[in-house]
Amino acid sequence: MQFDLAIPSQLTAALGPDLLLMGGASLLLLWAAWRAPSVAHQRSVGIASMLLTVAVGAYAIWSLYQLRTATGGPIAVDNFRWMADAVILLGTLFTIALTIDDNERQQITVAESHVLILFASSGMMLLAAAQDLMIVFLGVELMSLSVYSLAAINRRSARGAEGALKYFLLGAFATAFLLYGMALVYGATGTTNLADIAARVSGLALTRSPLLVIGIGLLLIGFGFKVAAVPFHMWAPDVYDGAPSPITAYMAATVKAAAFAALLRVWMEAFPAAFADWRPAVGGLAIATMIVGNAVGLAQRNIKRMLAYSSIAHAGFLLVALASGSTQAGAAMLFYLLAYTLATFGAFAVIIVLSRAGDHPVMIEDFAGLWSVRPWLALGMGVLMLSLLGFPVFGGAGFFAKWYVLQAALQAPTPETTLAVILVLTTVVSAGYYLYVVMVMFMKPRPEGAAVPGATPGLTRAVVVVSVVAILLLGVVPNRFVRLAQAGVMRSIPTVPLAPNTASTARP
Amino acid sequence: MNAFLSSIGYSHWVLPALLAIPTLGAIVIWLQGAPGRGAPGDDDVASGVAAAPRLIALVTFLIEFVVSLGLWWSYDASNPGWQAVYDTAWIPSWGIHFRIGIDGISLMMILLTTFTMTLAVLGGWTSIRKRAHTYYALMLILTAGMLGVFMALDLFLFYVMWEVMLVPMYFIIGVWGGDRRVYASMKFFIYTMVGSLLMLVAIVYLGLSAASPLTGIPNFNYDVVLQHANLRGPASFWLFGAFFLAFAVKVPMFPFHTWLPDAHVEAPTAGSVVLASIMLKLGTFGFLRLAVPLFPSAATNDTVRGIILTLAVIGIVYGALVSLVQPDFKKLVAYSSVSHLGFVMLGIFALTVQSVQGALMVMINHGISTGALFFLIGMIYERRHTRLIEDYGGIARVVPMFAAALTIVSFSSIGVPGTNGFVGEFLVLVGAFRTYPVFAFIAATAVIFSAAYLLWAIQRILFNRLDKPVNFHMPDLNRRELALLVPLLAAIVWLGVYPKPVLSRMQASAEHFVQSVQTRAVHSVAEGGN
Repeated sequence: MQFDLAIPSQLTAALGPDLLLMGGASLLLLWAAWRAPSVAHQRSVGIASMLLTVAVGAYAIWSLYQLRTATGGPIAVDNFRWMADAVILLGTLFTIALTIDDNERQQITVAESHVLILFASSGMMLLAAAQDLMIVFLGVELMSLSVYSLAAINRRSARGAEGALKYFLLGAFATAFLLYGMALVYGATGTTNLADIAARVSGLALTRSPLLVIGIGLLLIGFGFKVAAVPFHMWAPDVYDGAPSPITAYMAATVKAAAFAALLRVWMEAFPAAFADWRPAVGGLAIATMIVGNAVGLAQRNIKRMLAYSSIAHAGFLLVALASGSTQAGAAMLFYLLAYTLATFGAFAVIIVLSRAGDHPVMIEDFAGLWSVRPWLALGMGVLMLSLLGFPVFGGAGFFAKWYVLQAALQAPTPETTLAVILVLTTVVSAGYYLYVVMVMFMKPRPEGAAVPGATPGLTRAVVVVSVVAILLLGVVPNRFVRLAQAGVMRSIPTVPLAPNTASTARP
Repeated sequence: MNAFLSSIGYSHWVLPALLAIPTLGAIVIWLQGAPGRGAPGDDDVASGVAAAPRLIALVTFLIEFVVSLGLWWSYDASNPGWQAVYDTAWIPSWGIHFRIGIDGISLMMILLTTFTMTLAVLGGWTSIRKRAHTYYALMLILTAGMLGVFMALDLFLFYVMWEVMLVPMYFIIGVWGGDRRVYASMKFFIYTMVGSLLMLVAIVYLGLSAASPLTGIPNFNYDVVLQHANLRGPASFWLFGAFFLAFAVKVPMFPFHTWLPDAHVEAPTAGSVVLASIMLKLGTFGFLRLAVPLFPSAATNDTVRGIILTLAVIGIVYGALVSLVQPDFKKLVAYSSVSHLGFVMLGIFALTVQSVQGALMVMINHGISTGALFFLIGMIYERRHTRLIEDYGGIARVVPMFAAALTIVSFSSIGVPGTNGFVGEFLVLVGAFRTYPVFAFIAATAVIFSAAYLLWAIQRILFNRLDKPVNFHMPDLNRRELALLVPLLAAIVWLGVYPKPVLSRMQASAEHFVQSVQTRAVHSVAEGGN
């Protein structure tokens, strides 16, 4: 069945899961404000938020199996959107679960933190659906404003306040780039609809128009800030270090997933004809991000900062998929985002178990000898680290994610061998810091008098178990997810095969 | 025997079973005891905690060995094609199959693996004192990974198995190793990973170039890739280079060998045995299975071949010379591996039927004799807690059985006629002499060095004067250690006197290897000329 987006009722139906989340979040906001802040109240609001997330997730997955399409309009109805939604909602569920436990530990009683997460996620779902630059902007703002406040949710933390302010200032700066880029693209093409932009770019031969090229460049800078690509990554380590751990995981994985979903759709649907223009820029961004992220990651001793640089490095790997312009790029990206979401939330859940109350950073040395006091936790963390490294079988899904990106890069119209080689070489570099954590846990003795980490709260434990089991399962039987992801991409990006022709004819 | 084996459908299930048995064994061990039970300083052997896991591991390895032994009979030596093939779709969206099978070369490597691993459990019986459950579980997983590499007929599966064996070994060195274990394990991991990840890019490239034109789904089936692989042009050189790096690190060839002395010396006894006996062979096996057959024009190119043969011969001589001056007996044996593996590389790249057969024999012999040497070092280390040659002297009078075993094994490692070591190196030299007399001549001189370093070492350890009071009351070999050494000594003599059953099973595969590489190389030159 096809939605006709010109009819309001059908547009509403096509936006069903998004509207359910926004409406539910508004009701929960009322409930959160109804009672005086207390630890018990924030827990019940949190549980309700998780239930809402599960309901929206079920709706999105149900929509995935409906195989519906839509006429051209402001939002997309395709598998790519639903699968990106599923990844985003999985991250949301994990974030809320971790936040409930973390709030209790940190004595944060504001129940609104969960509602802010839901609002941010509804912005992300809009990003995944956006087929119009205006909707992209709406989604970015809804997401960013909520996340700015979430970064500062712990009012007693000076580092949190510093990070949040940095995030806000640089985020606002990035939004300005984004908006200016959109304005220039509109100026060049006279439309904000992605499909119309693509049609006019190729129809009116605009690929050499300076207005369009500068617009694309500014958009790339804006998105580069959001996904923390080098050289627009400076804010990430400070913000990730200062924010509460669940929010850090949320920013590192879910915000990135949403930003990449929008980036991919805009680039593949609006600018396939300008492939030759943006390929060197995206490729260069990918190379710089992979090299800087992994090299600087080696020097980190604070585990959250280490994971911040790891997250930067992963953005570089994801940019490789985009730069390839291959038909597999979308599917590879979805798979990568799922694997990365699982591993990141698992790792941050372990960090939450190890962090003490108060404003102390967790150092990698705090993991020393974890194997002898909390063997299962150490094993779980080992799997998560190997998954981030992209190691087969023991790292499960992480390996297939890298494999898929490599495959996309080499399957591109012009095989991106250089990017593929840099990807694997920087992966070796990253082994230096991921394995360092493994080494510290399993091969260093537990220091004398080191406190044994307290019992793991139920929800945090659930996040660790679910993520590790899912990673290992996807590492053995990834086929089902791959098939869905591939189907999603074929529907959403029909224009990509045009890219190579344009690229080759553009050369003199 | 064959009738019995075929009546139980042996060849249909044997290969998957060989992968499943150790995996299940590892799971059983972990179910028996949680991974981190007890305090870190616990002595599992003294407290009896280690009794169950090591028994389960031994039984599992014995079952594994008995099951694998059937391959010896069921293998049809006259057929150079794949045998006992098992093929099932794994990830159809990416064209990946779980396809395994053997030829004569992998047959011998599989038997060597199951044989050595069974003994390796005995080798660590009392010396693995902490975290015994995890140790034995890792040994079993390691076995599954190594066997998987020898069996894999799908390039993707090959890569996965190649990496699977890396993690258990990393932990075995890093947790149960010597003083510098952390450094050694990290170096081992990173070195191996640099090579193997470039191989990964090459594998993706090959799989995509063999993609089905209809569906665009890549194909990683070894035989299909072999047909589609670039026979000539710059791409084939780059791809060969990626595979070369992965395997040269593993072999290890000079100058990629620097991880080896660290890893071998720091690893616990069983770890050193596995490294030397089997893991190094994975590198040369990779050349035989992938690097050379897939890119015959690059591998037979005069410059490439000259470089590789030069490195091989440098390795032979350098390894022997460095061994000569080692004060540490374990390090001496570690460097001697560099020398022996140089012979294998010489044999493979000389590319005559004899030299390839010789290379295969050296692979097996080195596995047996160097494995035995590491076992023997482990035994005296357990008694005296030192590996320095100068701390011993004249102990032949105190431990006569140990002395006899060490002497026989050293003879085998030197290559004295009548032991297994002689057969392999002789065949390599004879084979290589036809195509590359100069290289063969230089390599032959290294045989003298190897006699020098080992004879000198056993003279200083076993004979000389018994002047250190600590050595006066060393106990001789116990029954467990004898049970471990007797099969190895038997294999040394058997392969030295009557290697024909082994050679005949590898003959067809070696001939097929040499012929197909040469014809495909000629073919590619002809294509290039057009």
